[in-house]
Amino acid sequence: MTSALLNERLGRRWRKPHFIKNPALRWGLILGAIVYVALALGSLEVNWQRVSEGLVRGWRFVAAFASPDFTKRGGDIYEGLLESAIVTVASTVVGILISVPIGLGAARNIAPLPVYLVCRGIVALSRALNEIIVAILMVAIFGFGPLAGFITLSFATIGFLSKLLAEDIEDMDRVQAEAIRATGSSWLQWINYGVQPQVMPRLIGLSMYRLDINFRESAVLGLVGAGGIGATLNTAFDRYEFDTAAAILLIIIATVMLLEYLSGIIRAKVQ
Amino acid sequence: MPILDSAGQKTWQLRNRNEQLVRWAGWLVGVAIFMWCWQRISEATTWAFVWDAPRIAADMASRSWPPRWSYMETLWAPLWDTLNIATIGTMLALVMAVPVAFLAARNTTPSAVFVRPIALLIIVSTRSINSLIWALLLVSIIGPGVLAGLIAIALRSIGFCAKLLYEAIEEIDTTQVEAITATGASRWQVMAYGIMPQIMPAFAGVAVFRWDINLRESTVLGLVGAGGIGLQLQSSLNVLAWPQVALILIVILVAVVVSEWVSAKVRGAII
Amino acid sequence: MLRLQKLTKTYRTGDKALNAVDLEIPKGQVLALIGPSGAGKSTLIRCVNRLVEPTSGKVHLGDGEEAVEITSMSSSRLRRARREMGMIFQEYALVERLTVMENVLSGRLGYVGFWRSFLRKYPQSDVDEAFRLLDRVGLLEMADKRADELSGGQRQRVGIARALIQNPKVLLVDEPTASLDPKTSRQIMRLICELCAERELAAIINIHDVALAQMFCQRIIGLQKGEIRFDGSPDDLGPDVLTTIYGEEDWKATIRPAEEAAA
Repeated sequence: MTSALLNERLGRRWRKPHFIKNPALRWGLILGAIVYVALALGSLEVNWQRVSEGLVRGWRFVAAFASPDFTKRGGDIYEGLLESAIVTVASTVVGILISVPIGLGAARNIAPLPVYLVCRGIVALSRALNEIIVAILMVAIFGFGPLAGFITLSFATIGFLSKLLAEDIEDMDRVQAEAIRATGSSWLQWINYGVQPQVMPRLIGLSMYRLDINFRESAVLGLVGAGGIGATLNTAFDRYEFDTAAAILLIIIATVMLLEYLSGIIRAKVQ
Repeated sequence: MPILDSAGQKTWQLRNRNEQLVRWAGWLVGVAIFMWCWQRISEATTWAFVWDAPRIAADMASRSWPPRWSYMETLWAPLWDTLNIATIGTMLALVMAVPVAFLAARNTTPSAVFVRPIALLIIVSTRSINSLIWALLLVSIIGPGVLAGLIAIALRSIGFCAKLLYEAIEEIDTTQVEAITATGASRWQVMAYGIMPQIMPAFAGVAVFRWDINLRESTVLGLVGAGGIGLQLQSSLNVLAWPQVALILIVILVAVVVSEWVSAKVRGAII
Repeated sequence: MLRLQKLTKTYRTGDKALNAVDLEIPKGQVLALIGPSGAGKSTLIRCVNRLVEPTSGKVHLGDGEEAVEITSMSSSRLRRARREMGMIFQEYALVERLTVMENVLSGRLGYVGFWRSFLRKYPQSDVDEAFRLLDRVGLLEMADKRADELSGGQRQRVGIARALIQNPKVLLVDEPTASLDPKTSRQIMRLICELCAERELAAIINIHDVALAQMFCQRIIGLQKGEIRFDGSPDDLGPDVLTTIYGEEDWKATIRPAEEAAA
């Protein structure tokens, strides 16, 4: 029966079948990857002398982490952090408020087609534009200061939250929503009773996550003049004040860890 | 009891009076915080600029249109650099993220008391600092150029990739690992046969996902001197060459859309 | 071939899973271990190859002069001892994303070095043996399929081949039929028992299905709350015994009537 097949196999080498079956394609891909990496590394212009000089400074920076200086520019750090925090909170709140209706509009199962297309367009635009680039434009339009940062982050929050909220609504349990509709409820009542309870826990979790992201982002907006701790950090690097820079970075890391811990607790609570 | 008995009339309420009060107080505090934040932003804003914003925006738009298409010739080289920063940076990050992930995962760490916290610290600290800040730091240490951008992207990605990977490692099916252990396999063999095949899909997914994000981020690294197309953006902004800025933004947008398309294709092919 | 002495396992929660179990299994004997969920069946076989670390007691593997004691072994010697004990799992526990052939060959991991196994360069004798075993369990055509493409019964056959390629002295079998349909369950049990007879292997089979145990095994052990309550031949297993192991229930339909067994 199978012994013919067995005899044929016995004594022959066994090799694992390849992931890509076509050998030409397989070798082509491998060769292509090698050529690409070689070209990419070849086009890398490195000033090794500058790098070796820099390593000393790099070591100074690492050492600065052992003795960060929170006090020398304490006032600047405090002001910058406060501004970052304010921008974070305000943009998250406004972002959530705007992204809820847009998220509803971007869910195909509850929005009519024209509304859906408009809302999806807004989401796509917000996601395609890098925060820093938006911030540059906002600074150019509204002038330096936290307002530009606030608008940038609110806009970025919309892209993030609306998309995930819309996906969540599209995945929801239709039976529950239908049951509410069957009671003869209005559209708003239907959203309130049939949709909201299903998506609320995740919305809260995502909002907390976005708060965390917004804080991290607000730390860099200062680099382009949109307010916050980034400007202080930039100055510290420009002056090679690595101890102050280390202090700021440590504060950012600690805050992010704290926010992550808090959002973990809140997410566990609402679910 | 959520049934309120007032003047012999029983009224049903969702929450009792204390819960109601706590909720209202919570909302009040939230709104107050937001209003205070808004006030601070408003104080730091020159409102005259803001009222002028529509005119400025219109002016900017009219100056930047049509984009200076001929400028494209000088953009190819920085675009190539941007691609390399993202790709080689992601590769470097993955090489470093894999061991960190194994040290951080509860079921593979050699010591939950000593090694795991260090691995988690690496993950949190590299993850909470934006790549632009890493770039700023590296430019100040090893000088401006593609190398600084590449390392910045790599460092920023370690934490992200390692976090997703170690979560995947913690979720593996333990009976498969048990079965390999029961054959008398060594520690490394258990890793190669019991764990690696299970996390390969997650690894591929993370790699492609992060590459997509990195391409977006590397477009702006030039703003702090870390190579790529952002350098051109910065110099064009400095001389207010709006038609060039418009062209660069279009190029970035196209690059982002293409990278999203590529990553979706690759993910579909692997998983 | 396998001798357990006062084997005890107390979990960190304080639960006593095994309480001083003594057991001796001669060469070639297939033993069924029955008992309610939580009686310690799984713990018992996992304590034998120390996938679960026993709290106290001894496990002797081998006969006479060659016998080794497992519970006191260093980890490198334990790996060598594990090669002699093939294990078959409840949910097959194949590495799903590897091919059938790789899964079977993974039974040789204890014999080959890391790089050989990593590069899949197994000795030709191992490869031939893997093909022979796949042929024996009827899956030779499937050798290059991925494990997650197989049906439940086919997967369990691969699991059996993986255990046998270790060239074990003892088979530890944990609920081999729990996720299979009745017909496949019988086929798998028959295959395991035939292979044990061919190779004179001692085997411990954890099994929920009392009728299956009676049908295929020469000896039955009843475990309850970590202690042995019954040890005898399948024909001695009456309703009263089942009541002491599992508790009060109408057992008539479960067990094979004695006269039918005699016929």
